[in-house]
Amino acid sequence: MPEFGNLFEQQESNRRRSVWLIVGFVLFFAWVGFGGDIAWYLMTSRPGTPGPAAGAGPSPHTIPLLGIFATLVAGGICWYSWRSGADRVLWATGAKEVFEPTNEQEQRLINVVEEMAIAAGLPRPRIFVIPDPDPNAFATGITPDKACIAVTDGLLRTLNRDELQAVVAHEMAHVQNFDTRLMTLLAAMIGAIALMSDGMGRIVRYGNVTGRGGGEGRGKNGNPLAIVVLILWLLTLLIAPVVSRLLAMAVSRKREYLADATGATLTRNPLALASALEKLDQAAEPTRSITQGAAHLCIVDPSPSQLSDHEGLFGDIFASHPPIRLRIARLRGMGYQFAKQAGALPAQG
Amino acid sequence: MGIVLLAVIGLILLWMVMAYNRLISLKNQVANGWKQIDVQLKRRHDLIPNLVNAVKGAMDFEKSTLEAVISARNKAVSASGGGVAQVAKAEGELTQALGRLFALSENYPTLKATANIQQLQEELTGTENKVGFARQLYNDVATSYNTAQQQFPTNLMAGLAKASPAELWQIEDTGDRAVPNVDLKMG
Repeated sequence: MPEFGNLFEQQESNRRRSVWLIVGFVLFFAWVGFGGDIAWYLMTSRPGTPGPAAGAGPSPHTIPLLGIFATLVAGGICWYSWRSGADRVLWATGAKEVFEPTNEQEQRLINVVEEMAIAAGLPRPRIFVIPDPDPNAFATGITPDKACIAVTDGLLRTLNRDELQAVVAHEMAHVQNFDTRLMTLLAAMIGAIALMSDGMGRIVRYGNVTGRGGGEGRGKNGNPLAIVVLILWLLTLLIAPVVSRLLAMAVSRKREYLADATGATLTRNPLALASALEKLDQAAEPTRSITQGAAHLCIVDPSPSQLSDHEGLFGDIFASHPPIRLRIARLRGMGYQFAKQAGALPAQG
Repeated sequence: MGIVLLAVIGLILLWMVMAYNRLISLKNQVANGWKQIDVQLKRRHDLIPNLVNAVKGAMDFEKSTLEAVISARNKAVSASGGGVAQVAKAEGELTQALGRLFALSENYPTLKATANIQQLQEELTGTENKVGFARQLYNDVATSYNTAQQQFPTNLMAGLAKASPAELWQIEDTGDRAVPNVDLKMG
């Protein structure tokens, strides 16, 4: 029996968190932008001129252009993430959509996804295959009717039908919970931050902004634009990884446990998922196609490390998934409960 | 004092609206779950004549079994508009007839090698699985709906929401519990 109470709460929580994620993201950029404006203002106001500190001072820089620009950019990133975040993540991994099955494995995949869509009461998601030998799977999509499920061809080769069904059920659970909304936004934002940090670096290095040719212009005012951009770039460079981690922490790892449980309820077969996770654990190769930002979307960590073996805050900061051993143990526990309820265990004492 | 009373009444009204909406939402989920089953059952009904035609040539002597399958299928089609119990009964009989057919097909090794039969087998298995999951979904949402109708205090709104208990798709007798062995493999 699915715990619809729990499911409902998780959906609401994810919807709220998505909103807060967007708000926080835009506010952070606005803060950086307006901070840059203040720096610009202070640097371009001529010293010695009497004037109120916070007034229409002698600085020519009265309109907070940087702040407005930064807010617009952040808003644009959020809008873009909402509209095509899912497609970008899929494109980045090299996933190919499956329309007509070309072999038995793809046919089996299509059947399994359709079965799980029926069990979850959702429309059939788009199906993708990633050409990577390491077994892994993920789901993206802002809403359940725009959902996409992608599996690596390593996964198709490694798992049998029941295990494949369990993994697909886990991913459908993420779709149902609106986890995919939160995680798609997150992946797109982390990607955007990385791009921006990169872009700023290029501007400073290759542009003439540092004013190498403008040495004569270094009077009292210097080249304010140059200095401001330099400061902003340094800020972004330093803060970007921190912000990315903070964003990632907002997506708690507990959602993986709930998705495991919901997926197992969809198939009524928790041991199949446990066995699938065992196989995924043993295939220790990292999944190279899936990049940093998309790690949260996958069923197992594509770049596993020792750090992921921790529970609690430390683990939340550094790892995208809970320890596999714990997930397997919980699923086995569920399997025991199911068997007990169905009377399949030998009588006690 | 008047304000407190107003606030209390306001809260009660708010709760009533939420409870009513929840019941309506569950009722619609049940209806949707039933439609899902309908879709899959229709697929199953459409596949069966193809299957019978494919095996007819080889299994000439099993006319009575083949005819039983066709007649069970026709009965299921005609029962498809009815209530849960009717549909469940008709589908159960169809499953039994199919089971007998597949049990007999074990005696015809030439059948197993035919690609056409294998494809039909895969489609039929897929359809049986989908019927199973559609039934599971329907039973789950129907149980949620029934529970909401019975639990206090939501049951107070059940009358207003015209909520009536939804019937679950039960397996009727132990004979139906015997899942047919849909297995035409060689070994």
